[in-house]
Amino acid sequence: MDPILSIRNLTKRFGGLTAVNKVSWDIYPGEVVGLLGDNGAGKSTLIKCVSGVYAADEGEIYFAGKRTNYQRPIDARREGIETIYQDLALANNLDVGANIFLGREVKRSYLGGLIKTLDERKMLTESETALNSLEIHFPTLTQPIESLSGGQRQAVAIARAVYWDARLMIMDEPTNNLGVPEQQKVLELIRKLRDQGVPVILITHTLPDVFAVADRLMVMHRGRKVTEKTTAQTNTQELVQYMVGALDDTKVN
Amino acid sequence: MADTAKIRFEAAGPGGKWGRGREILFRLSRLWAWVFLGLMIAFFVVAVPVYNGGSVNFLTVRNSQNILVAITPVLLLGLGQTFVIISAGIDLSVGWVMSLASVVSALAVRAAFNAGVPLFWSVVISFLAAVAAAGIVGFFNGVIIAKLKVPAFIVTLGMSFIVRGLGLLWSENTTVIGLPPGIRAYGNEALFYFIRGEGGGFYFFAPPEISGDMLRRMDRILPYPVVITAVVVAIAMFILRKTQFGRHTYAIGGNVEAALRAGIPVDRRIIQIYMLSAVTAGIGGFVSTLRYTAGSAVIGDPLLLSSIAAVIIGGVSLFGGAGTITGTVIGALIIAVLTTGLVMLNVDAFWQFIVVGAVVIIAVLIDQSRDLIIGRRKPGRA
Repeated sequence: MDPILSIRNLTKRFGGLTAVNKVSWDIYPGEVVGLLGDNGAGKSTLIKCVSGVYAADEGEIYFAGKRTNYQRPIDARREGIETIYQDLALANNLDVGANIFLGREVKRSYLGGLIKTLDERKMLTESETALNSLEIHFPTLTQPIESLSGGQRQAVAIARAVYWDARLMIMDEPTNNLGVPEQQKVLELIRKLRDQGVPVILITHTLPDVFAVADRLMVMHRGRKVTEKTTAQTNTQELVQYMVGALDDTKVN
Repeated sequence: MADTAKIRFEAAGPGGKWGRGREILFRLSRLWAWVFLGLMIAFFVVAVPVYNGGSVNFLTVRNSQNILVAITPVLLLGLGQTFVIISAGIDLSVGWVMSLASVVSALAVRAAFNAGVPLFWSVVISFLAAVAAAGIVGFFNGVIIAKLKVPAFIVTLGMSFIVRGLGLLWSENTTVIGLPPGIRAYGNEALFYFIRGEGGGFYFFAPPEISGDMLRRMDRILPYPVVITAVVVAIAMFILRKTQFGRHTYAIGGNVEAALRAGIPVDRRIIQIYMLSAVTAGIGGFVSTLRYTAGSAVIGDPLLLSSIAAVIIGGVSLFGGAGTITGTVIGALIIAVLTTGLVMLNVDAFWQFIVVGAVVIIAVLIDQSRDLIIGRRKPGRA
């Protein structure tokens, strides 16, 4: 099977600092992959190169077999790379339907297209479909999402990505700031995404999350990829050692 | 293994874990402006006849319409401002834009009529000139705010000085007069007339040939400025509630980052929002030209702060993302009812300012306590 995302020798520098150093990494359809590392290890920079926020200095990124050259995040989104940041991507003053269709509102035309109004009913029923496809149940969809919990908002963001046919989902610390029951629900959602064949990159500090949902994982330390393993091959202690730099597969001891 | 159980989120917010008391409090806090307006009218209905020994009543046709005519300019400025403030901006230029539009529309109607254009079409040209002049100012506001990233407060403050200068230059620092006398009817006559008593009746347009005695017994039901404003109110309501543009206005004010990520053309929307704000002010200038049969380069200035006050009393959040046109209409009504009522109670006119100021502050306090009720945190910016 061909990888959906293939990163080859990617390097990104900020002045004298090499934030990402010759990283190569493959993501395959239908897998959840953890991306681990301490603060400043280069996880976010790597992901921002993939999602079009930064341009890489060296190396290539291939998405679905095509070399990418995204100028802006919206270019990556149009290709189906969806990045979900906590709280950043939703308008809290709008309801669930409005958020799922944000920027891509469904309209009805009157007088031969002279007047266009929002088709609220269509957006509401389609939102229900999107949430149902992930088997998410909300008591009501028509109130501003600021009254929803963090996990619920996360679910709205995920449902939106799925509705718009995301082909790769990147989630940055999705369980941060959530209560335990909500964390479980978000992890369940990630499993559902995998079952629907959507690959997920899970950036996290929370090792139990990785063991709960990830098939494979990659650890970065000071900009370099220090190991890549299947979850079954490793354990918490070993991962911590990789994260702090005590273990490093690229160095021969 | 796939877990096929439904992922259920329990209800949050109204109707959910909030409990009854909190929910009622929340709904009341949203309706307070209506309640306040109702109480105020009730107060004046009782107090005005009592104070005047029963000889004067508050809720007469004539007085209600005075109130309606009085709020038209404030409301026209406030309508566009509502969009701007919902998008988390501010437009300080609308007062002087209204003045400029008044001068431009007066110059246009005079020039057109003197060039032999029929009266009706001269008025149409005057309207288009006012809207175009205002629209251009709004366009520059929007471009500088959206593309050059200068704060709206600064841009529109600077623009208000520029526009003020232009208005005074073009009017040569005097009232623009010599307008075709026929336009007086456009600004002062009405739809529907009612003449009380002997020989009276109900008329659709102004009754022809009327004695001075009957004139005193005649009520103009819907003065044209009120009709024009009502049409603009309806259009603004439609745009804000029913169109993609309105949805984007809320989204930009709620979370501009999210709007950008969602691919909303934020810059273009901001330019359109400031153009809309200027255009409603421009219509205000046009209406004032018709009403006074003259163009004035200073007419709009005192109205700016009243219009912002109306928007805020109406519940539009200065943090952006929340507010309605209905709210702004109520806000403008509250100010006008207060002002008129106090005059009828023979309270010194300067007390109006003190009372309106207090109401603005109370309105914001209520808005903030609503946030406390639903436990929302304010965005960390002023």
